[in-house]
Amino acid sequence: MALGIKDKVAILGMGCSRFGERWDTGTHQLLAEAFDEALTDAGIERKQIDAAWFGSCMDAVNVGNSSIPGSIALRLEGIPVSRMENMCATGTEVLRGATYAVASGAVDIALAIGVEKLKDTGYGGLPTPFKGTLNDLWLPLGSAPAGFAQLAAGYRSKHGISKEQLKQALAHVSWKSHENGVNSPKAHLRKKVTMEQILSAPMIADPLGLFDCCGVSDGAACAIVTTPEIARALGKKDLVTVKALQLASSSGIESHTADWDGSHVRTTRNAVKRAYAEAGITRPREQLDLIEVHDCFSITELVTMEDLFISGEGQAVKDILDGFFDADGGLPCQIDGGLKCFGHPVAASGLRMAYEIYNQLLQRAGPRQLLNPTLGLAHNLGGVPYLGIAAISILGLHS
Amino acid sequence: MSATSNYGITGFGGYVPRSRMQRAVIAAAHKWMAPSLRSLGKGQRAFCNWDEDSVTMAVEAARDVLGTEHGSKIEAFCLASTTMPFADLQNSAIVAGALGLPIDVRTMDLGFSQRAGTSGLLAALRSAEGTTLLVASDRPRGKPASVQEIGYGAAAAAFTLGSKEVLATLLASVSRTVMFVDHFRVADVKYDYVWEERWIRDEGYGKLVPEAVTTAIKEAGITTSDVKHFILASPIRGVASAIIKKLGIEAAAEADCLDENCGYAGTAHGLLMLAHVLEKAGPGEVIVLVGFGQGVDVLVFRTTDAIKSFAPRRGVSGALADAQSHDAYQRILSYENAIDLEWGMRSEKSPKTALTEQYRSCFQLAHFMAGRCPKCGTIQFPQLAYCVKGSCNASATEFEQLSLIDEKCQVLTYTADWLSYHPAPPLYVGFVQFSNGARLMMETVDVGAAGLDVGTPLRVVFRIKDIDRDRSYPRYFWKTTPVEA
Repeated sequence: MALGIKDKVAILGMGCSRFGERWDTGTHQLLAEAFDEALTDAGIERKQIDAAWFGSCMDAVNVGNSSIPGSIALRLEGIPVSRMENMCATGTEVLRGATYAVASGAVDIALAIGVEKLKDTGYGGLPTPFKGTLNDLWLPLGSAPAGFAQLAAGYRSKHGISKEQLKQALAHVSWKSHENGVNSPKAHLRKKVTMEQILSAPMIADPLGLFDCCGVSDGAACAIVTTPEIARALGKKDLVTVKALQLASSSGIESHTADWDGSHVRTTRNAVKRAYAEAGITRPREQLDLIEVHDCFSITELVTMEDLFISGEGQAVKDILDGFFDADGGLPCQIDGGLKCFGHPVAASGLRMAYEIYNQLLQRAGPRQLLNPTLGLAHNLGGVPYLGIAAISILGLHS
Repeated sequence: MSATSNYGITGFGGYVPRSRMQRAVIAAAHKWMAPSLRSLGKGQRAFCNWDEDSVTMAVEAARDVLGTEHGSKIEAFCLASTTMPFADLQNSAIVAGALGLPIDVRTMDLGFSQRAGTSGLLAALRSAEGTTLLVASDRPRGKPASVQEIGYGAAAAAFTLGSKEVLATLLASVSRTVMFVDHFRVADVKYDYVWEERWIRDEGYGKLVPEAVTTAIKEAGITTSDVKHFILASPIRGVASAIIKKLGIEAAAEADCLDENCGYAGTAHGLLMLAHVLEKAGPGEVIVLVGFGQGVDVLVFRTTDAIKSFAPRRGVSGALADAQSHDAYQRILSYENAIDLEWGMRSEKSPKTALTEQYRSCFQLAHFMAGRCPKCGTIQFPQLAYCVKGSCNASATEFEQLSLIDEKCQVLTYTADWLSYHPAPPLYVGFVQFSNGARLMMETVDVGAAGLDVGTPLRVVFRIKDIDRDRSYPRYFWKTTPVEA
């Protein structure tokens, strides 16, 4: 009977590039920014890495497919390098590969790195991926905002919430993240915005306006993982370990049966139930000290509060408007600005979330530092709510 | 030539696009260089939405006449149009697939003149062989600022022919072939070249139609006073009433030319008027249908006692009433590719169709066939390898097939997407929930000012899904539209 990986893997070091419109920085240099910081933090040299997981998502831009762009960029000679792609959950997916390799006893030290260079497309927003030869013939077009906007209709219909009240809650989600982004030196967007600015912004995909959508950014993030024993042997005192890493994918139930009501993300609930069991968490609202969730769009963050079983059914609007998830609230969400303000280089985001939790747990978060956090959760979604992947990472201080 | 009376029209129906452009708006747009168009600026003209064409209109007109039977008894199918999307790919085969007609149906495309509709109907009646579906569908293009642009419309008319429950029989017909070039459109050229209206009316209609009609009436064994309905479709106003007067037929017999809410729909227009007349006709009424185009066709019908025992789903009158009025003239120009607008970089992506996949999957794509799992009863689209129901996952090889095109459905979730490239923004997209349990994401079209909400009733329509612009290849699929305009 499998026991999971709780406390079998420790983070030896992490790095994160500055996220933003890095016009003068290519993919190789973004990778180096994150990789160099991680190596320094870990106190090791590249030749000590036994295996690597390289994440990149968009084939239309960036560096193309296979692991080769990663091994070339980082000069990883003679070791296994795997390329992972799971849409916007790629960042957690590479962390999972590296973590499982160490937890299995197959390797001592593993690397997880994700990078996306989105600002070479020539326009704002994500490029439309190829849907497959069959889907191409029946599945309608739709942008990422359109996919997530479906949740708004489903959520308000289920819980009897008016369009206006929902819009207020969504605006608060973005307002709060902008407040936090100011204290985040590596974030893409670091300016406050007012509720009026958010509410009167141009419509992108009803009801999501411009400020309900996260930025399009370039960036890279990196983690080097090992066993707690090796970390201690290398001189680390305070250890952050992986408490749980769980993913769940859609099998088609949401899109093609009447068994989903359109109001939540099934994959998040499926993944987080297993993650809480693996990590031994029974009261997430009380036990978690901080959460980083996939706020590609404000509506996603709203429903995720219930999907993580932190807010009760239909209670997310109230919790949000009460400020429960603000920096000074009961459970700070997106303390580093989230996807909304830190930015969303697709394959890097999952690792950027882990990076913030890691730094918070080690008391390194500077102006953003929360008071003695010991347990954090990262929620990273790929695809769209009804056709996608949910990836949950729970990191904590190792006792 | 007289016809047998045990084969004739057994059903009729039609389709007019919901989109209507106010003629006053068209006239106003051209006022600076063609102020005389103002006199033609009354009513509204129908026009195809960006995702409609003669093939999609033909499907909708056929559905109007076939009802929910889905054409299982049709043995022959002819599609007439001068604006077929394909010059070499059987357009009637696309329509037949969408309608779910049987594999042994004899399909045929017909076109190339304004007389194709009446000639096709006449030929099918003359062959008197087997249950036949005949559809005429056209979306004639008028050059911007022309009289044609403001007068043309878009529509399709559909008829079933057979020997059971005939509601109108052909008493007589006359055809004349005369190389009268009132207008022409050379293949691959975009617009018609039209001569002077006065000449067309006086030398063409005026001298060719009366003789043919007189001969046909005589052969039918009736007199002009027996003619209850006279149909002569023409893009030129006043032609029908002038001919009626010349023939001594009662003025009240002139059929409604459907100009107020539609406009001249090319080779489909005479048949559209016929379908409209048949909706209100009583038994034993004589209908004269005239087609004009390098000659004349005259078909003399008489309705039978069975006329009132058939009704189309909503008929031409229902389609005419289902209207959305538009006032942005550029929309028509854009839909017809007569203007080059900046759509941005997102419009650059051109979807190349894997024809192998399209063929392999046409069993479910063409007629929108969902699979019903025999193990758990779940109705699902698309049909992949396994049942989608979590507690089942049985193999899809045993699925029963059922079409979703007439199933009741409504909005489960929706959004109006302004970010995606779309030729008629915003893109309305969301989950459609069918009452039978099936669900999938679909595009919703012809959405009016009221927009959509959760629970809005929808119906399924056949449209162009998108166009591969690099190869000019339209890919067809099913979409939804709100039941209420």
